[in-house]
Amino acid sequence: MTAQVITVTSGKGGVGKTTAVANLATALAMDGKRVVCIDGDIGLRNLDVVMGLENRIVYDIVDVIEGRCKLKQAMIRDKHYSDLYLIPAAQTRDKNAVSPSDMIRICKDLRPDADFIIVDSPAGIERGFRNAIAAADRVLVVTNPEVSAVRDADRVVGILEAEEKGSPLLILNRLNPSLVKSNDMLSAEDVLDLLGIQLVGIVPEDENVIIGSNRGAPVVTDSKSRAGQAFKNIARRLQGQDVPFMDLANQGGIWSAIQRLTGRK
Amino acid sequence: MNFFSRKKSAASAKERLQLVLIHDRTDLTPAQLDALKDDLLNTLSKYIDIDHETVQIGLERDGRSQRLVADIPLRSSSHHRMG
Repeated sequence: MTAQVITVTSGKGGVGKTTAVANLATALAMDGKRVVCIDGDIGLRNLDVVMGLENRIVYDIVDVIEGRCKLKQAMIRDKHYSDLYLIPAAQTRDKNAVSPSDMIRICKDLRPDADFIIVDSPAGIERGFRNAIAAADRVLVVTNPEVSAVRDADRVVGILEAEEKGSPLLILNRLNPSLVKSNDMLSAEDVLDLLGIQLVGIVPEDENVIIGSNRGAPVVTDSKSRAGQAFKNIARRLQGQDVPFMDLANQGGIWSAIQRLTGRK
Repeated sequence: MNFFSRKKSAASAKERLQLVLIHDRTDLTPAQLDALKDDLLNTLSKYIDIDHETVQIGLERDGRSQRLVADIPLRSSSHHRMG
């Protein structure tokens, strides 16, 4: 068995790439998979804090590339899942410290001992993004149902096709079912029609995501969270399982009804 | 806000994105597309008699590919020869 390398990217910043990486990696580890995540956002590292591992960093990916440590020494083991590791980005260097061939070499070294390698891409379509997709077997594009995020996602999909990386899979993040219902938010169908790629999951807007990142505990560890369930479903689909999509429309109705009852809307 | 005269925002978002994505994907601005149409019609007019009023040229989307679709009705050739 050799690991599958999955890169998570988006074009636009702030759509939930890092959250998606932390949650998919954790969900895969909860399913007993051996997972290594790599923070590809050199100079703006964040995957460590979202996963709650910021205090354990000794070495980072640039230390590995420049030979200051062994690959294993830069792999930080998760607090709860012993087969989940993070290779952090360097914080005081820039994206030019890493090249696409460095990423390919690191992933090659990791492949024999892992099931999944999840690479968190920086925003944008420049060097850091090129590094992040260099070793990818599969690319996930994260977007929000919002004009600027969809437009940037389309650019990224176009580049991935031009680079012959195959057609990426879409994660539609932060969908608000009640806004979709009132026709004030693009629906999943709209976004899929616009982008013309295959869907791997829809993640509803959920305040538990922020609560989870505040605590450094990805939302998949919260069994009651809807977003957590959505990420768990995506992780299962990445393992080749056929998981039906959640019925967000109905839940949204209930959700907004509860919101109305509690006077939050 | 008047709910009856104002289109819901999701429909505006989709319509606007459809146009923007077509121009992004083809790297063609609306102005360049207009210039292309003019050039195309001028070239065609050298060989055939075109009714400029009824010509339709535009970009259409088909999944992730775009195509330039032109519907160019021709004037009757007899009319041309007689003239």
